[in-house]
Amino acid sequence: MAEPFIIETKGLTKCYGEVTAVDGLDLTIRQGEVFGLLGPNGAGKTTTTLMLLGLTEPTEGTASIDGFDCTRQPLKVKSIVGYLPDSVGFYPDMTGRQNLIFTGQLNGLDRELCEQRASELLERVGMTYAADRKAGTYSRGMKQRLGIADVLMKDPKVIIMDEPTLGIDPEGMRELISLIRELSVRDGRTILISSHQLYQVQQICDRVGIFVAGQLIACGRIEDLGRQLENEGNWSLDLQAEPNKKELYEKLSDLAGVKRIEQDATGLMRIESSRDIRRDATTLVMETGCILTQLHQRGGDLDEIYHRYFEKAGESDERADGGKASGKLRSLFHKKQASGQ
Amino acid sequence: MDSSEFLFLKLFTTSGNSIYSFATFIAFLGPLVGITLGFDAINNERSQGTLNRLAAQPIYRDSIINAKFLAGATVILMLTFTLGLFMSGAGLLLIGIPPSGEEVCRIIAYLLLSAVYMSVWLALAIIFSVVCKHAATAALASISIWLFLSLFMDLVASGISNVLFPVEGIQGYGNMMKNYELDLALNRISPYYLFTEAATTILNPSVRSIGIVTMSSVSGAIDAPLPFGQSLLLIWPHLVVMIALAAAGFAIAYVSFMRQEIRA
Repeated sequence: MAEPFIIETKGLTKCYGEVTAVDGLDLTIRQGEVFGLLGPNGAGKTTTTLMLLGLTEPTEGTASIDGFDCTRQPLKVKSIVGYLPDSVGFYPDMTGRQNLIFTGQLNGLDRELCEQRASELLERVGMTYAADRKAGTYSRGMKQRLGIADVLMKDPKVIIMDEPTLGIDPEGMRELISLIRELSVRDGRTILISSHQLYQVQQICDRVGIFVAGQLIACGRIEDLGRQLENEGNWSLDLQAEPNKKELYEKLSDLAGVKRIEQDATGLMRIESSRDIRRDATTLVMETGCILTQLHQRGGDLDEIYHRYFEKAGESDERADGGKASGKLRSLFHKKQASGQ
Repeated sequence: MDSSEFLFLKLFTTSGNSIYSFATFIAFLGPLVGITLGFDAINNERSQGTLNRLAAQPIYRDSIINAKFLAGATVILMLTFTLGLFMSGAGLLLIGIPPSGEEVCRIIAYLLLSAVYMSVWLALAIIFSVVCKHAATAALASISIWLFLSLFMDLVASGISNVLFPVEGIQGYGNMMKNYELDLALNRISPYYLFTEAATTILNPSVRSIGIVTMSSVSGAIDAPLPFGQSLLLIWPHLVVMIALAAAGFAIAYVSFMRQEIRA
């Protein structure tokens, strides 16, 4: 990890009127990394990517890519950064190949090089069979693949992808993921992916940043984030036993350190605790005469990490502004009840 | 004036029983060319999802809107000259009289004027294409302005000037001049009127003056067609205003486009 930083932002802020879309973002990404920017819809991911490309001016703070200031030298930045927008579009009355050549020419490449590169890239994304069909006839997945070829036309150092996995079938997804891997490993390009689809991001990203309400609330390798949560006393255990006895549930609730138990229809219990209770739980199961059918320590996967961080951010918000959001929900709920009576 | 003079120009201005003249066609339908070329310039790129892809290439953002206007203006220029040449060619075959040098100059000036006129509407349509999200809204907005300025401006102008300076009764004699001047000034807001006035002057050398002609200015005038330079001098303000309108329209579109968010 001795590679130099290629993307750096310092206190990057963007306000739309009263709304702060991105709030003091400090982000550094090293050369050759695949970085996942995760967050719910409206967290400010797209705004961040637009600021990195110099398409939107930040209200405060700076961003730079490969030493070029994103606001002051947008042309330099745009010539080394490939951008794949979330709903990528092509000129419907031009063929896929013509669309690629057009992009190449906008980047100042000469016609011959464009044609050669377009053919290579179409081959690489597996679109040669449809290269000379009008782009208007393409399906969503084909457009996405052509979009990747389009991004690669300028031979970028950095690739920014906004929700690249949106609306692609599972097979297409697998291809896309291996392609992204290849771009990073074989070509050594830096890739920034913004997404809310955790599973895919987990498969390809070296590091992730969790982005909620314009703030980066966690950033690091997936394993590190998981460990960090555990160290903070957040353990989560899935446990299932047969037969499903009420006694077991009660005894588990009485264990020291157990904060909450939720049981679903199949009898699967999700136990949240402040320490590792696996040993105590298995002993309890045996004492009550049940058979342990499932025991799973959660926390390793991104879904869990994301959920936890999201919860944590929500809690701190609640404390900060007197439970504004949940208060609203609660009053809504009460209203409903009142009208129901 | 000798009617055999400037016969070639009559090709553009003569109308039949059931058909309008070439000049009327251009004045009335030319705006539609401009609107067609401009109404979906920006919003179509946006809805196709090509605008952000385009903006992510190493080009300045204003080159997108500059290109949209220049491409439209080029097409308009080619279109007017092709139409003009077709018309002249057909006329040459039909009447067999070649145009004189002055007639050629007048036709070229007229065609350039038409191109500027259509570019005004192109600029207007591009404004709406930047401001409106949907191409259909932009098209309807441009067309409604076109209809208003081409058909109803006349009514509005005479209505206003008749209210402010009534020409009935005794005081009407005193108001007549002011009434006419106001009517003319209001009409000249419309590019349609400006263009018709200018086109008539340039294609018809016997038009010696536009606006009010008093008895004193006619007395002693020689009954002869105006030379090309003098006709051009008469319509010079019209041409300048139309170029200014196109430039102002483009400037509005440019500024609002540059301030807009690129995201779809």
